[in-house]
Order: sequence, then structure tokens, then C-alpha cells
Amino acid sequence: MEVVSSGPAGAAAAEDPAGAPAHLTAADRVELLRAMRLMRAIEARALALYKQGRVPGSFYDGFGQEAVSVGAAFAMGPRDRLCPLHRDLGAHIVRGVEPARILAQYMGRASGVTGGRDGNVHFGDRTTGVMGMVSMLPDMMCVATGMAMAFKLRREARVALTWCGDGATSRGDFHEAMNWAGVQRLPVVFVLENNQFAYSTPLSKQFAVDPVERARVYGFPGVTVDGNDAEAVFGAVRAARKWALAGDGPTLVEAVTMRMHGHAAHDDMRYVPPELLAAWAQRDPIERQERRVAGLGVDVETLRAEVDAAVEAAAAEALEAPMPDPADATRGVFAVGEAEPLGDGRAPWSGFA
Amino acid sequence: MPVMTYLEAISDALREELRADERVLVMGEDVGLFGGAFKVTDGFVAEFGEQRVMDTPLAESAIVGAAVGAAVVGMRPVCEMQFADFVSCGFDQLVNVAGKTHYRLGLAVPIVVRLPSGGGFSGGPFHSQSPEAWFMHAPGIKVLAPSTPEDAKGLLTAAIRDPNPVVFMEHKHLYRRVKGEVQAGTYETPFTARVAREGTDLTVIAYGAMVHAALEATEPDQLGGASVEVLDLRSLVPLDTEAILASVAKTSKVVVVDEANETCAAGAQVAALIAERAFEQLDGPVRRVAAPDVPIPFSPPLEQAVLPSVERIRNACRDLLDY
Repeated sequence: MEVVSSGPAGAAAAEDPAGAPAHLTAADRVELLRAMRLMRAIEARALALYKQGRVPGSFYDGFGQEAVSVGAAFAMGPRDRLCPLHRDLGAHIVRGVEPARILAQYMGRASGVTGGRDGNVHFGDRTTGVMGMVSMLPDMMCVATGMAMAFKLRREARVALTWCGDGATSRGDFHEAMNWAGVQRLPVVFVLENNQFAYSTPLSKQFAVDPVERARVYGFPGVTVDGNDAEAVFGAVRAARKWALAGDGPTLVEAVTMRMHGHAAHDDMRYVPPELLAAWAQRDPIERQERRVAGLGVDVETLRAEVDAAVEAAAAEALEAPMPDPADATRGVFAVGEAEPLGDGRAPWSGFA
Repeated sequence: MPVMTYLEAISDALREELRADERVLVMGEDVGLFGGAFKVTDGFVAEFGEQRVMDTPLAESAIVGAAVGAAVVGMRPVCEMQFADFVSCGFDQLVNVAGKTHYRLGLAVPIVVRLPSGGGFSGGPFHSQSPEAWFMHAPGIKVLAPSTPEDAKGLLTAAIRDPNPVVFMEHKHLYRRVKGEVQAGTYETPFTARVAREGTDLTVIAYGAMVHAALEATEPDQLGGASVEVLDLRSLVPLDTEAILASVAKTSKVVVVDEANETCAAGAQVAALIAERAFEQLDGPVRRVAAPDVPIPFSPPLEQAVLPSVERIRNACRDLLDY
């Protein structure tokens, strides 16, 4: 783990991710594993449903990147607000969205989180403090900046968290949000999910300078963490949150990881060198967390079986769910009545207990 | 009732809502200490402070995106684009994030984006546009375009209180040119059309600055005593179809005026509506007066050749009355 500039994750960087971390109980470490297992099992089930023709459109997953969304979301409090991306299903799981609603979402069912209005991980259950993404990346960085602006304006001890990809660092919204957050010293955490490829485009064609270095020139720290280590990601984001709550402003946390599947299910990834995939396969974030948790005396096979059974039951429930009523297609374009802001979400980290 | 300019009425609405609702926040380029490029927020910082009347970085996409973020955590942001033209830099955030969020997520986005729009000042191609139709075509965004000080205040008040993204077209040419009586205190103007002048022989449908051009063009002594109704749309989304169809049923002849470029303009939607729903009531073709499909040029004779004039509107009315 390399510390690019001084700042909040300096403390996290000093921790040994393989050892006992300072801020995680044994139960927290199991919870991190469980959330990652759930994400992988849900996405694996959804991919199978896609191949059976049960998931319309295309299918995107975060296979191999589970530690990034789970670790970061785990550091957030109930009143914090999150804007995850399409490879960040783990954030929704941590905040409390049920597997059956997620699988129904993929299949365009009425009981899916968006009721069939949008697909994939393009959702956000507003009662969990999560706002769903749009496909234009990284638009949500500007939105999270505005959330943080409101928190600061109201003098509330709250933080906004969002993610962006390596490709999104090339767009203007990345720079507009980073600059704004830096100028106003806002309590926002940007997680740069560097998974080596933007669709087929490698980092070498995306930027001349590692974008984590841009944080410094916008006036705040940028840190790099091992994105395949949930506890390291948690540590960096926990430190960034603390930094933000102290009034010290934003942090850019670059989580270095690898997109182990294609951009979407149709993509055979022929542009990825096989040896690169093989090397990253040795660093699987879930296996890593399993080794740690097994070392605590937890039966990881039982945990895995529990998760698989829960996902299978969720799939059965989702497959029974009705498709949306076509008459619903034109409803709900506009809000009526008093605007209801985002609600609070589940925050399972023991630090909030 | 106090008499105010169109600009003062807009300021008044903002001031009243800032006073009444601590969730309201004004944000944009130079809106703070400087009071805005057109001085709509002049003196606001002294009363409300720099945080609620916020000078932002020069970043339209982030202005709209940050407004969305603030709105979904309980604020009521009112953003100013310095000129309507610059909303193109924030288009994605407005159309894809703000406009589609309630439909997709059931999450309301109560923001207002104020767009000082329109030409007539040699502003050239990038300070003269009337981009309202861009947002009419994007689901989930309401579009308002007042023509009078009274409506400017009432519509802006209602826009701020509305739980949806609202694009508020405020015409620069009306800012200081138009004065009128405005109710004191706060009130909301409904998002419906208004009959600016009653008539029986022909209807001119217009909004924004073109309402004034239409009224001038159709004064009875200018058109051989013809009785011309002028319908001020006020709201483009929602569009008051009942008021449009009622006026057509009454006069049977319609001229639709846009300051915007002609193709797919608001008036095109109005003309299509009439063709589809009021064909049997028509006693002549629907005539349109709009800017041709060219950028708004800089030099006065070129600009005047493009923007719809009183004379062009009058000629269109005369032709149709003679039909």
C-alpha cells in the first residue's frame, strides 16, 4: 500500500492489513466476508439467469471487486449518504437491500428496487441513504459533492461517499467535483475504483499521470490502497470519513483492483492478457478475507453455504415475482406532494453501535 | 400593490423564499457578493450570508449536480446559469440525473435552474439563446416562461416549492423593460396558461418576451379592428392543452410565436397539438412565427433579421385573418 500524499489514510496505511486491524471486531470481519460473499453469490446467480434469458438487456457485475464497495460502505454511518456504481453491489448489501429485490431488479420484475424502470445495479433504495447511479460517469461525484455541501451548510456531522472508475477520471465531472470539493473543503470521500480497464481501454490510454495524484493539486489528500483487501479499503475510508468529519475536507481513495469479468456479460475480454487475469486471480478478495476469518475460528464453509442458500431462496422468490404492469410505464415521471429526502441506512460496523 | 420590474419580481420571489424556508439556497457564478451578472441577487449576501447565496466555481455541470445532491438530502437549491446558453455545459446533470431520478428511484429532486434567456442585445450566438425546447423534450423537467412581473414572482415561488426539477426561463429583454403590479408577500401562480387579451377572431399563442410582441402586433387599430386573443402559455411543461384548445375553439385561427429556433420549438408542439385535437375547429392553417434555424447573430441588422419582430407577427396575423 502506497501513501501518495499525507492525509487521513496515513493512519490506515500504517495498519497491517493481514494482522488484527485496530477498528474491526471479529464480528465486523465476518460481516465484511458475508457481504462480499453475498455480492458474489447474487451476481453469479444473476449471470446464470442472464444466460437463461431471464435477465433482459445486458448484465454487469463486480466480480473480483467486492472488497471496494463492501469495505468502503462498511465505514459509513447511518446518516451518511452513498452514490455507488454498477460494480458496487456490495454497498447496497451493506446498507440493507434484500437479495430478492436485487435479483428481481435484474430481471425487470415489479418487486425489483426500481420496479422495472431501470436495470442492473442502476438502483438505489432511497430508504437506505443510497442514491442510484446514472450511466454517465462520474456524474455522481458532482451529486455527492452537493450532498456534502448541504451537510457542511447545516453543520451536520455527516459524510457523502461515492465511487468512480479509472475511465471516468477523464471526464469533466471528475475535475469539476474534485475542484469544488477542494475549494469548499467538503466532507466527501471519492473512491477511485481502478480496475485496470474502462471497457477495453487500458490505463495507458486513459491518463498520463496516476489520477490519485490529482487530489493533491485540488487541495486534498489522495491515497492508494489495495482494492482487493476489504479491511484495507475500510481502513482508508474510515480514516477519510474521520478526516472529513473533523472539517479537513475530501479525500480521494484509489482502490487498485481488477475487473475479472468483461465490461458486461457479452464481452469476452480478449483484450486482457491471460497472465494478468491469472495473477489477479491469486489475489481474490473473498478468499483473502476467508483466510482471515478462518483464522478467527469461524467456519467459512458454513458461512458460504448459508449465503448460497439465502441467495437461492431469493432467486426463487424473485422468479415468482410478477413483471410490471405496462400501465405503470408512464407513471411517476414527476413527484407529487412534499419531496421526501433520502432516509437513513443500515450501518453494521461496530464503531456505530 | 407595489410596482416592480420583471427583475425585481424575480428577486422578490427569491428573497421571500429564502426568508420563509431555511432549506432554500441560491447558488451560481457571481451570485454572491457581486449580486449576479444581472443583479438579481443584489444585496442578498448581506441578508442571508455567503453560504445561502453561494458563489460557486465556474462549473455548470457541478452546479446542477451539486444542486441535485443537496436537494436529495433535504435542501431546496435554486441555481443560476449566468446565461441560459451555458446550461448546455450542465445539460447532462439536468437531463440524465435531475430529470430521470424520480421516475427511476422514486426520489424527488426539488431544484430550480434559472436561465436568463433570449436575444435582442447583440449578445451573439452564445448569450442570446432560447433553449426551452431542449428541456421540454427531456422527461421529468418542468419548464416555465413568465412574461410579466406578477407571473415571474408567482411562478418562481411555485417552482421553488415544487418537488421536481424546474427550468425557469427568465427573459433578459424583460428584466428592466417590463414593469407591473405585483402582490406583496408570497403567492403561487399555477402552471397554466393565461389569457393576456381576450379576442374572438384569431388567437396568438406565445410565451416570455413574445407575449409582449404579440400584444403590440395585434392592437385592434393595427389589424383593421380585428379582435385578437393573446394566450400566454406561462408554462411549457406542463403544457395547458385545455386552454389552448379552448382558445382555438373560440377563434378558429391560430398564430404560434416562438423566439426560439423554429424546428421542434415549443410552438411546434402547440401546432401539433392543435392539428391533432382541433382540426375540425380550424378555419385556416396554423401559422408559425419563430427564429429561423440559425445561430442568433451578433450584428444588429443580422440579429433583427432573425428574431421574430412585431411586424412579422402582425403580417402573419393579417394573412391568416384574410384567409
